[in-house]
Amino acid sequence: MRSKTDQKNVIVDGSRIVIEAMARAGADSFIGYPITPANLLYQYAGQRFPLMLPAPDEITTLQWMSGLSACGRIPVTATSFPGFALMIESINMAFMMELPMVIILVQRLGPATGTATCGAQGDIALLKGMISGGHQLPVLCPSDFNDCWNLSARAVSLSAQLRTPVVFLTSKEEMMTRKSFDLVTLDDIKPLKRSFYGGDKPYMPYEPGENLVPEFLPVTSDRWQVRLNASTHNRKGILQHSGEEALANTRRLEEKPLRNLPDYTIFDLDEQKGAETLIVSYGISAAAARDAVAVIRESGKKISILIPKTILPVPDTCYNIIDSYKKVIVAEENINGQYAKVMFGERLPDRIRTVGETGRMIGRDAIIKEEAAL
Amino acid sequence: MSNILKTPVLPYCKGCGHDLIAKNTARALEDMGLKPLDVIVVTDIGCHGIIDGCLNTHTVHGLHGRSVALGAGIAFGLENPEKKIIVFIGDGGSTIGLQHILEAARLNLDMTVVVHNNMLYGMTGGQTSGLTPCGFRTSTSVSGNPWSGYDLCALAHTSGAAYASRIAGIGDISSSLGEAFAVKGFSLIEVIEICPGYGVKFNPGRKLSEIIESSGKLPGKWENRREQFGGVHGSKSGSLFEDLDIINSEFKSSLEKPLSLIISGSAGEGVQLAAALLSAAVVRSGLHVTQKGSYPVTVGVGFSTAELIISPFQIGYHGIDIPDVVVVTSGDGLAHCRSRIEKMAGGILFIDSSLQAPGTGADVRSYDFRSIGARAACLYALFRFADSTGYISKETLYRVISDGGLADKIPVKRISELIDG
Repeated sequence: MRSKTDQKNVIVDGSRIVIEAMARAGADSFIGYPITPANLLYQYAGQRFPLMLPAPDEITTLQWMSGLSACGRIPVTATSFPGFALMIESINMAFMMELPMVIILVQRLGPATGTATCGAQGDIALLKGMISGGHQLPVLCPSDFNDCWNLSARAVSLSAQLRTPVVFLTSKEEMMTRKSFDLVTLDDIKPLKRSFYGGDKPYMPYEPGENLVPEFLPVTSDRWQVRLNASTHNRKGILQHSGEEALANTRRLEEKPLRNLPDYTIFDLDEQKGAETLIVSYGISAAAARDAVAVIRESGKKISILIPKTILPVPDTCYNIIDSYKKVIVAEENINGQYAKVMFGERLPDRIRTVGETGRMIGRDAIIKEEAAL
Repeated sequence: MSNILKTPVLPYCKGCGHDLIAKNTARALEDMGLKPLDVIVVTDIGCHGIIDGCLNTHTVHGLHGRSVALGAGIAFGLENPEKKIIVFIGDGGSTIGLQHILEAARLNLDMTVVVHNNMLYGMTGGQTSGLTPCGFRTSTSVSGNPWSGYDLCALAHTSGAAYASRIAGIGDISSSLGEAFAVKGFSLIEVIEICPGYGVKFNPGRKLSEIIESSGKLPGKWENRREQFGGVHGSKSGSLFEDLDIINSEFKSSLEKPLSLIISGSAGEGVQLAAALLSAAVVRSGLHVTQKGSYPVTVGVGFSTAELIISPFQIGYHGIDIPDVVVVTSGDGLAHCRSRIEKMAGGILFIDSSLQAPGTGADVRSYDFRSIGARAACLYALFRFADSTGYISKETLYRVISDGGLADKIPVKRISELIDG
């Protein structure tokens, strides 16, 4: 227990924590386009990032980020669904070119423009299916301020480690609500040390390296030619229709995030021996789920809770944990059980129950009620 | 044999202007003494884009219409100003990505855009593009395009491009390309060609020079004398946490369980500031707090509401369904949280005396909050809250106001008189 005198209590919002963490972790460029509820992130990035540029639209945002990434930088942006929708083709490009970057997606109420100042967890199904071909980019999702700190740094390092765009998934209430918080509880963040290709042979931008990740070399190299390509391409980065080498590259893109998944499987698990019910929740709904578990336990019942933070791809470890329970309640701020369906399909098995909400956060009592009804 | 091109045989139809542009680009770069790795060629989607495999330069092949923005990103990230960024794009790409051209011109980024304008979409079947001249026939306007095409050079020029030029893709065009490449800043060169596959087929007998003449968009050169974009590199401030006040808990609170509080008033009347000051006072009292604001997107009109949870324990979920305490200082504020006030079975409602309290189980306490001015009404109400409940001392609120340098802006003395009589 830390004594009061060691504390550094402040009142802070999640946006400030995320931007500070990403800057410390080595992200060096931010491209901004205004959108509620991501504006605080943009504002703070302007004060903190070595390079911050205002883009004229969200397609430009992703293209500028891709150019910066091609030069060896780690760019970041922050947006919400309407902006994210415009970015999707370009995120596919960055995925195909294998360019590190972080996209902070601050969820708000949809569809379409919806309500800009109302939170939601409605974009999980989109993130599951947004890469043509069904491939998956890593999606990390914080459940509290300490996650905002640690996961932000991990998103930056993961993007470089896997040579991929990473989505950092949050929501309005996580990024805009101010809370009292003790800064001393934040761990040190070590800045990313990137190494680029230094071999003596011509560089092959899509030659599978360790764990299927090709080594990176900026497009500004004076020594070796660098080719980046968003079309189906061979290991050299040259466009090919559907040759064996090119399709092997596409298969590698499928395999890369999955094979490395154990490296970035992040979750909180609080199990109670003898519990037969597991509550699964993530992001903004996790706090209510934790509160609900405390109340249920106080009533003498046994219950466990899983907070996945690597939410896509769904880690095997999470499936194994869920499979070891007779009853599972998935709580998320949408009315269609998006994450539950991502995990278990459109027709959920009987043992998987959902608690949903739209237009407001899921409260503790809704989860308690569902548990009582099992 | 060129050192920029890997092969003299390029994958283009006989007579295609793309072949001419690629070879003359190579010649121009070599004439400038550039080595292949001094050059980054960004290509768009379209027949011109398949040049990548024939180049010894760095190559980046992106999406349809986005190559100029992608090249701009590289221009921003470039640390060696001697590198040359060249973007190849077609007429179709230049309209889907028109904004990117205008933006790069406006910022005067150091790059050259070579527009392969063959007046139609050649890769997809010869459809009309935004640069197809009036009367030119395509697969989708067989009796001739009824509209004129954009004047790309004029658009780039008026957006601020250091250099824009239009030429006919005939003969040796290397010196024209070289002139564009040599520009420090944004240059665009539009090369007009005729697609041997579709342009010739649908417009038999028409000569390129005659088509250019009749389109009214003649060859020319347009310049703006201005400095190229100089970059915005350099480090910014230190930690964002340095801007935050470290708040020591120097006061005590009698609060033993979480309390939810809604402050609801009108935009521009200091609701969020009052909430922030209360939050600081809460932390000074050794408690935890969450504070979220809610207001219409217009910010300056309508309601403005702050929701706070105050607790002696760490706070998880920070939503409020039915509040313990509500403070209402205006009609806007009442309208916004009326339904929640009606659901209250207990707790306290502090409400401005000009307003009719809704039916509620809360203990209604009516004061003339607005008597000290609309902008201070919320703070006055919070002092009433502090005085009535004792969870936060008035002294703590005073201290937060004075330490925040707001003592002159908030009528604390008057508030004090009103409360203490």
